[in-house]
Amino acid sequence: MTSKDLINTIRNKIKKGILDWNVKSDRRAFVSICPELIVPFADYLFQELKFRFIIASALQSKKGFEIYYHFSKDEIGFILNVHVILPEDKPEIESLANNFVAANWIEREMHELFGINFLNHPNPDKLISEGNWAEGVYPYRNKEI
Amino acid sequence: MIGLENKKMSKKIIPIGPYHPLQEEPELFKLYCEGEIVKDVEWVTGYNHRAIEKLSESKPFEEVFFLVERICGICSTSHPFAFANCMEEIAGVEIPDRAKYIRTIIGELERIHSHLLWVGLAGHFLGYNTVFMWAWKYREPVMDIFEMITGNRNSYAMFKIGGVRRDIENDKIPEIKQVLDLVKKKNGMLTHAVFDDPVIHARTKGVGILTREDIINYGALGPTARASGVQIDVRKDDPYAAYPLVDWKVITAEEGDVYAKAVVRFLEMNESISIIEQCLEGLKKEKEGEVEVIVKEVPAGTGTGRHEAPRGEVFHFVKTDGSQYPVRHKIRAPSYMNIATFKKSCIGQTISDATIALAAVDPCYCCTERMAIACDYSTGKKILDGNELVKLGQKRTEEVRKNPGIDHS
Repeated sequence: MTSKDLINTIRNKIKKGILDWNVKSDRRAFVSICPELIVPFADYLFQELKFRFIIASALQSKKGFEIYYHFSKDEIGFILNVHVILPEDKPEIESLANNFVAANWIEREMHELFGINFLNHPNPDKLISEGNWAEGVYPYRNKEI
Repeated sequence: MIGLENKKMSKKIIPIGPYHPLQEEPELFKLYCEGEIVKDVEWVTGYNHRAIEKLSESKPFEEVFFLVERICGICSTSHPFAFANCMEEIAGVEIPDRAKYIRTIIGELERIHSHLLWVGLAGHFLGYNTVFMWAWKYREPVMDIFEMITGNRNSYAMFKIGGVRRDIENDKIPEIKQVLDLVKKKNGMLTHAVFDDPVIHARTKGVGILTREDIINYGALGPTARASGVQIDVRKDDPYAAYPLVDWKVITAEEGDVYAKAVVRFLEMNESISIIEQCLEGLKKEKEGEVEVIVKEVPAGTGTGRHEAPRGEVFHFVKTDGSQYPVRHKIRAPSYMNIATFKKSCIGQTISDATIALAAVDPCYCCTERMAIACDYSTGKKILDGNELVKLGQKRTEEVRKNPGIDHS
């Protein structure tokens, strides 16, 4: 199965909520989706299509808070980056840690660094900020934006 | 926490860390024990958060290489490798073949010395200081090669966008080969010594098992995943540098225990030596000095780069805006995923097995080494300090050695 087949399979399966595809090469693609779709979308990639969750990257831009969830299909060396944009005044999204343990730490980390709230996280304790910085301080937020 | 509600039972918390001879890195593992058995593990980190991702945003790309090289003291070329792959993906650059060979040689030499370091430490935790001495002794010639070709035993500063900073001149090749032959011979000897030792079998087989499902659920990587039969290796799956130009195979094992992880690492070292030998042959065919293409600017865009470090996949994500600085630079080291598997590998083990089960994923060691003292929370009495914990593991090996027939389970 090539990355093209995989992308077509996803397109045929999920009709609503996908905003944009950006296929950069045979081994790299970006897909923008509505934040509400993240749990079924990630679950479909992980359970059905057997993608591996690499990690997620958060960043702040003029659009608000953005998260890239990186998934890998190792057999064909394909990285699919799932992109969501969250509003700056209410950065909230459902947690993926209930679907796979691999998302547990990174979501806690993104919360502590950017102040993004992950709803229904099974273990929302502090990961890296304990004793380092105060509650409610989000050091990776960009004040200039 | 499992079982902690029942306060009548004798419950001990054994903290390994934050500064501890076992984890030469500031992390705290709290082992919740009932008698000898570990019932739960809690992990605390953040003692050494250096804000490298944030710092990277304030540095031009050329300087980011030196920054990410300092994330890890052992696999110091892994992060520059992944970052270079990432930036070249954004810039759309294809590097010369000679640079590909040099990058691969550096990456594989690093794998050899990192795996030897792990073998030594694993031997030490089991009370096999001979293994420790041997492994570290033959790690030295590898470090010497590094010093010869890069000028440094560690933090080699070899990578840049578009190629490498220094060439490996062809007249150095015979000397490198000579050292490799020695390492190959001694590695073979060490491999046989470990594989043939019934005591090592008794101490590591069936200990700290991770199943295939655990690996997939936790997203574990590298030798940790391959020892459980999950055949993932970025070098093969998503080929880069000279890996597609040479002939080699991915080593896997099925059992998922500490022994399987050791087997994978030992056999991988042989593959690494073979890869380096082929790359040295490749170097002879390429013209000396052609080790880079000049990249004047990096366009706006997003890129992902990865490299198979000794411990697993290193992943970098960079967003650029056309300037000389990254807008966002996300770094994911393999230990971030592998350490979480302790929840699976340690629970149900005895305390004396916990040391080697913790060490089996090769959590990346760096930083200061200090002492930790364990206390019984109710009485405040000292129970075990770090050295005693290591000694407990060694004592058990001694018992198994003296009486291999006894059942210690």
